[in-house]
Amino acid sequence: MSPTTEASSAPRSRPRRRRSRLQRKQTRLAWLLLLPALVAVGLVALYPLGRTIYYSFTDQQFLSGIEATHWIGLENYKDLIHDTLFRDAVVLTVKFTLITVAFEFLLGMIIALTVNSGFKGRGVMRAMMLVPWAIPTVVSALMWKWMYNDIYGVINDAGVRLHLISHNVAWIAQPNTALGAAAASDIWKTTPFVALLLLAGLQVIPTELYEAARVDGASAWQQFWRITMPLLRPAILVALIFRTLDALRVFDVFYVFFGNRPDTQTMAIFAQDTIVGTGDVGYGSAACVAIFLIIGLFTVIYVTFMRVEQQ
Amino acid sequence: MTAAAEATTEARSVAKVRVHKPLRKRLARLPFYLLIAAIFVYTIFPFYWAIRSSLTPDGDLFATPLQYFPNSPTLVHYREVLSSGDFQRALLNSTIVAGSVTLISLVLGTVASYALGRFRFRGRAFAMYLMLSMTIFPQIAILGALYTMINKFGLFNTLGALIFSDLILTLPFTVWVLTSFMAALPKDLEEAAYVDGASPFQVFYKVLLPLIAPGLVTTGLLAFITAWNEYLYALSFTQDPEHHTVTVAITSFTSGKGLTFEQPWGQIMAATVVVTVPLIVLTLILQRRILAGLTAGAVKG
Amino acid sequence: MKYRRFLVLAGVVGVVSLIASLAAVSVGNARPTASPTAAKASAAIAAPPVPNAAKLKKKYKGVKLTFVGDNAVGGSHVRDLALAKRFTHDTGIKIKVLPHPEKSDESYSQLARNFSSHSSAFDVVMMDVVWPGAFAPYLVNLKPALGKQAKLHAAGIVANDTVGGKLIAMPWFGDFGILYYRTDLLKKYGYKAPPKTWSQLGAMAKKIQAGERAANPNFAGFVYQGNSYEGLTCDALEWVASVGGGHFVDGGKASINNAKAAAVLNLFRSWVGTISPRGVTSYGEEEARIPFTNGNAAFMRNWPYAYSSGQAAGSKIKGKFSVTVLPHGAGAKSVGTVGGWQLGVSKYSKHKPAAIEFVRYMTSPAVERFNAITNSNVPTIPSVAKLPAVRKTNPYLKPEIASVARVTRPAKYLKSHYNQGSKIIYQGINQILNGQDAKKVLPRIQSQLNRLLR
Repeated sequence: MSPTTEASSAPRSRPRRRRSRLQRKQTRLAWLLLLPALVAVGLVALYPLGRTIYYSFTDQQFLSGIEATHWIGLENYKDLIHDTLFRDAVVLTVKFTLITVAFEFLLGMIIALTVNSGFKGRGVMRAMMLVPWAIPTVVSALMWKWMYNDIYGVINDAGVRLHLISHNVAWIAQPNTALGAAAASDIWKTTPFVALLLLAGLQVIPTELYEAARVDGASAWQQFWRITMPLLRPAILVALIFRTLDALRVFDVFYVFFGNRPDTQTMAIFAQDTIVGTGDVGYGSAACVAIFLIIGLFTVIYVTFMRVEQQ
Repeated sequence: MTAAAEATTEARSVAKVRVHKPLRKRLARLPFYLLIAAIFVYTIFPFYWAIRSSLTPDGDLFATPLQYFPNSPTLVHYREVLSSGDFQRALLNSTIVAGSVTLISLVLGTVASYALGRFRFRGRAFAMYLMLSMTIFPQIAILGALYTMINKFGLFNTLGALIFSDLILTLPFTVWVLTSFMAALPKDLEEAAYVDGASPFQVFYKVLLPLIAPGLVTTGLLAFITAWNEYLYALSFTQDPEHHTVTVAITSFTSGKGLTFEQPWGQIMAATVVVTVPLIVLTLILQRRILAGLTAGAVKG
Repeated sequence: MKYRRFLVLAGVVGVVSLIASLAAVSVGNARPTASPTAAKASAAIAAPPVPNAAKLKKKYKGVKLTFVGDNAVGGSHVRDLALAKRFTHDTGIKIKVLPHPEKSDESYSQLARNFSSHSSAFDVVMMDVVWPGAFAPYLVNLKPALGKQAKLHAAGIVANDTVGGKLIAMPWFGDFGILYYRTDLLKKYGYKAPPKTWSQLGAMAKKIQAGERAANPNFAGFVYQGNSYEGLTCDALEWVASVGGGHFVDGGKASINNAKAAAVLNLFRSWVGTISPRGVTSYGEEEARIPFTNGNAAFMRNWPYAYSSGQAAGSKIKGKFSVTVLPHGAGAKSVGTVGGWQLGVSKYSKHKPAAIEFVRYMTSPAVERFNAITNSNVPTIPSVAKLPAVRKTNPYLKPEIASVARVTRPAKYLKSHYNQGSKIIYQGINQILNGQDAKKVLPRIQSQLNRLLR
């Protein structure tokens, strides 16, 4: 039975009962199909999450087994609200996310459009597109750190040679260039993810639409805004959500570049340092829950924005 | 003027027009080409630098003035890396883990996306966000609990532990991306098949699945690479080189002796290239699948 | 169908790569990978015999111990395996060697998780020198059994490993900070000897850098570990302790806020961007070693490990550099911060006496000599450091250097809060290096530390 059209072809005399029975059958089938994926994610995530949320209400320590753990209610959260370090971490991470997601999206779109078009260089673009994504994050961060070095780094060397900068710059050490340096490295690493998703989305758009538009005299720009963007919306939404999610949890590049510098702590570094370094699992778990809520907020904003636009 | 002369003059004027138009068009496209070139350099140069570093002997790696092309290229790093039994083992482990994770993600993901993308039922949006929300915690948050679980299941220091925990990284976006592909297909697509008497499973397998092939390849590739590059769980849940994955192996290289801080950069770069090249080849092969596009018949029919 | 073809293709690629890697594994199965010199050295001298072997065999034969040892790859693991093999051969006690994770954080986490769960999985564990304070509640008191042997080791390290009167770890390797300098450049600019005081270092570095920069714009006078991480605590401790500014925490109370400490920290602050590169506040061990071994720095503070890469074939400074103790302030002594590793026995081990015997063997003079010669591990026993064979493979163990006063970080006072305390210290000092006035930052560090020490 076709799930979406059966109702319309049912005879008028008994539409309601048929539809509801069918709906129930559909719903059951749908949940059955969903079950394996939900169970898989649930198994891996539910117990750990439950534990994290539980710990956030206690004073659990990393090195435990000697002192008892106590339930302390909302103490951790109260401390978190007043914690300026955490606040700085949130601000920094959000700034980083906005910069990187914007650039990744822009670059990813350009790359996807290029590879999708009949442009001559697209074969090479296509091959090299995934290279940054294929390199392990830790190795990539280390590589970029050494490219940024102010004595033997290639970025300074090339920059001076090409007269783009007058002398070597300590990109990582100086506070005013630190965030940009980290962002450039992360954008390099993760643009392929966005580009690939957008490219896949572009592939699904039927070419007849473009032909029809061209016949009607629409310019390339108009075609882009009237045909491509609307039809690309689902792919854009997915790319935005997952990139934002990942950017808000950024850890590796900041840790490798800056260690535990107070002015470049991201939320994830704050959480990790609190749980493992300081050993305060309770407080760190509360930070993790806060991070989860912040990320959730971004997701809600995206979805609302996209849905409103659609209407 | 004779007809022949007229024809020649006409031909010449047409030729003149043909010469001018492409030139103007080419100039108008110049900023576009420059932009593409800049993006190309940004994307490729670090990888070129990695390759150059892998071919440079240790002493010259960071010597100034920098050698953009190694003065005395050497294969010694590749030899060190490829002859290392541990590294080969790590390659095998990574392949097994990433392959299994991808397979499981695709199977579970396509089935789930069929439900989420082609059915209308209450709780559909809730299910999607539920799946998403279970994964947006920093990795450190669930590390401790995962560790306990893995010990309880007796999976510590096995590849099973990694396959299990990497699913949390790949399953959500696989489900989301495939759902958007499924949802984008025309609504009356299945109707023809149902009229012919097909079951939902056959509809899924024979009609829908081929049409979302670009989505399958995309998510498969992304899932594979995500699992391949995963570092924290691989580090925390394995104990000995027998079970290390490539990411842990690369970061464990030492130059031997009691050199606790030295990072053998040449080896690390050689290993990175060794690890990346198959992924690029795989991508090249599969990219044709992505760019193949839809079969006209299935859409129109 | 297109997607079926894709599945087949993916399957083929997967199978092919699987077969290829399996074939490669069987062909090149050289586990573990050791550098050729290490392998040669290990073959050259054998692991020393176990004293008292017969008695141990009678008592503990058949006991199985798990030893969390050194990194999985390289000479360290070879060394561990060789020693374990010898021990098993002589005493019948089976040793399973588990290499610890490469990253220090992860290594700490592994031990922390094991102790927190009261697990008996680990019997003997290898610990960084700043961990005994945190792990003290979970470790066996080794004083009754090994107190006498501990007297052979450097007193400073033993004191570090004694918490609450209990000796909860035995020193095993003892890194310490030293000053590397370019002998050829000193000669070129008319200096007869390496600097003895910090101000001398400053003057020499300034002159050499100015001279060298004419031809080499990338040249730096002095490099060290200035990043906001544990390494900075080590470096800064040397600066402060060598001018009479205390040891961050003395007698259980924070002591970092004093005029001498402020003066030397502000001195280092003035050097950032002048004789030290601006980026030094982001340097770790490698970022300092690389410019030095490539000829781009005149002075470097680093651990002894950098010596061999400076002398390696292809090094730009081979034969052109030497080492000495770090400079000191007027009226004070040179010091070196202790790095290195200790061995401890878990309180939850099921075979504590046998485990203690294994630690006795591993920290004996004979084994430390073996480690130093085959793996360039810095011995913690001064008499071993004096042996000519050891000094030959570790030239930085010249008596003037090996006898430098060792200073330890305040791990035994901060105990399980060490990481937090160290973070307060290195974050604050990193801020000073980046431009803040030490006189404003030190009081803050002091009060925060005191809060932890309560």
